[in-house]
Amino acid sequence: MNLALEHRTGGTAPGPRRRLANLLYRRPGLYLALLLLPPLAWFGAVYLGSLANLLWQGLYTFDDFSMAVTPELTLANLVALFNAANLDIILRTLAMAVAVSIASALLAFPIAWYMARYTRGRMKAFFYIAVMLPMWASYIVKAYSWTLLLAKGGVLQWFLAHLGLEPALLWLLGLPWLGGSTLSTSHLGRFLVFVYIWLPFMILPIQAALERLPPSLLQASADLGATPRQTFVHVVLPLAVPGIAAGSIFTFSLTLGDFIVPQLVGPPGYFIGSMVYAQQGAIGNLPMAAAFTLVPIVLIAAYLAIVKRLGAFDAL
Amino acid sequence: MTEAVQFTGVSRLFGNTRAVDNVSLSIPDGEFFSMLGPSGSGKTTCLRLIAGFEQPSAGSIRLHGEEAAGVPPYLRDVNTVFQDYALFPHMNVQDNVAYGLKVKGVAAAERRTRAREALQMVALGEFGERRPAQLSGGQRQRVALARALVNRPRVLLLDEPLGALDLKLREQMQSELKKLQRQLGITFVFVTHDQTEALSMSDRVAVFNHGRIEQVASPRELYLKPQTAFVAEFVGTSNVLRGELAQRLCGQPRAFSIRPEHIRFAQGEAASDEVQVSAFVHDVQFQGSATRIELRLDNGQPLTVSQANDHRQGQAPAWQPGQRITARWPRAAMTYLHDAQVLP
Repeated sequence: MNLALEHRTGGTAPGPRRRLANLLYRRPGLYLALLLLPPLAWFGAVYLGSLANLLWQGLYTFDDFSMAVTPELTLANLVALFNAANLDIILRTLAMAVAVSIASALLAFPIAWYMARYTRGRMKAFFYIAVMLPMWASYIVKAYSWTLLLAKGGVLQWFLAHLGLEPALLWLLGLPWLGGSTLSTSHLGRFLVFVYIWLPFMILPIQAALERLPPSLLQASADLGATPRQTFVHVVLPLAVPGIAAGSIFTFSLTLGDFIVPQLVGPPGYFIGSMVYAQQGAIGNLPMAAAFTLVPIVLIAAYLAIVKRLGAFDAL
Repeated sequence: MTEAVQFTGVSRLFGNTRAVDNVSLSIPDGEFFSMLGPSGSGKTTCLRLIAGFEQPSAGSIRLHGEEAAGVPPYLRDVNTVFQDYALFPHMNVQDNVAYGLKVKGVAAAERRTRAREALQMVALGEFGERRPAQLSGGQRQRVALARALVNRPRVLLLDEPLGALDLKLREQMQSELKKLQRQLGITFVFVTHDQTEALSMSDRVAVFNHGRIEQVASPRELYLKPQTAFVAEFVGTSNVLRGELAQRLCGQPRAFSIRPEHIRFAQGEAASDEVQVSAFVHDVQFQGSATRIELRLDNGQPLTVSQANDHRQGQAPAWQPGQRITARWPRAAMTYLHDAQVLP
């Protein structure tokens, strides 16, 4: 013991590395600042800075005749969002995003529940991979392959015909809000592709929320006399809502911003994403594209405010 | 038919492990019954069998005379205080307590009144609006208790409810729980691995080991007349002597147990009803109210002796390691054990 003490105190003066380490140890605030500065600088400049810049350009003026953008500030682009044609695009996209989010949540919940409650070890790893595997494949290939699956005479129609369900399909396609001439040019087809593509983004957050739910809470609920149905309504669902909200932010915002699926599947007509793409690409109206970019941001902010008002984050 | 809980030959298997192995016991209505044992001894599984979270693999469980197998937890007139309290984090204290009433369809006004009463009973009347996360461990424990009791169950199950509390709070809660049980007259089934807790609170205690019950008895009997070596050593501290040594000391080839506080150090001749051994002091520990002296007999057998400290004792310990000493105890203080017969 004595030897060890002498070794400590009798050594040579500490080197610069040791002095730096000591300084950082004594000043934890400095240490934290040094660690956080590079990522914060990157995040601030590359993400928030460029986004602010983009939105600022939404206030620039686009001259229809010269096709030139001038930095004269105007609210004309924002006002133009409320044109009948643009409003139609926004509402169509919004309706699809809501429908896709609801359907994804309904499909994802049982899978997430099974993953969180009943799988262990290898089985759990298998489910994680099975859920994420489709995300590893190219998004465009998957969207294209759906056009073939849904096409007239495609696999799905062939399958339904063999089940004798073709009249039901024709009836569905005849409905004004779902229909189209074939599945691949219908709202229904587009909806199916969106749900297929975004489902993993809904499963994983719900699974994480359910994983944090202690089994003893379910037992306590049953113990206090709640039927399984009551336990689900009063305990499971409120505690899963933050996960559902997180997942729906993904499905909602990804649908709002997507510009490929609306071009490949479904009836003609712009989505917000494809409108942004068209404005800044073919037309060169960057200010209008920037104004359209504001729409999903506002919609998601409103959505979050509503969800928060409903108490979704009380359990966090 | 006044048995609140009756187990007949109950087993619960998890794979090949017998968590509960052929357990039979009966708990009369209104008793404070403890299940004591080390972790993995099957006591918590027994509790979960009563609550309905587990189903028995064999045997029958009756609650107030009615067969409980296949009855889901929400139909049992039994409530549980969980080890981790299991309070609902998204509800305030009042809603937590009123939950059982709410799911049974009790009107809102009555719910509020009864929840407030239950909270006052555990001295948390002012805390109804708080979230569980804003309470201390002891307060959460009381909320869990109020939440169970507000339903006026016929049997209350408590799964190591005091395990997470510090010593002072634990002792306070022990006496409060005991008082509450007397007041309400509800059957309490209390699971613990803490033998002092079990001894000080219970009417009767069942000692569990490897999924089986070693002994069911009153705390006094359990301590003074342990039937097996396991009970002798798990409940309090004990010296279990067996084999040749036991034969030489008491003339019978049977294992016996002698409590450390029943051993005295010899002064003068041994009386005829006393057993006497020669040993040397191995270690001395001052423990506040008592001093614990570890002895070694000549064959190497350890023997623990506990001597109460009184005010006449000076600053220096009366015993030194290495010192030769003669220990003796009355034959009547020895308890013969059923298992651990003659060992080579």
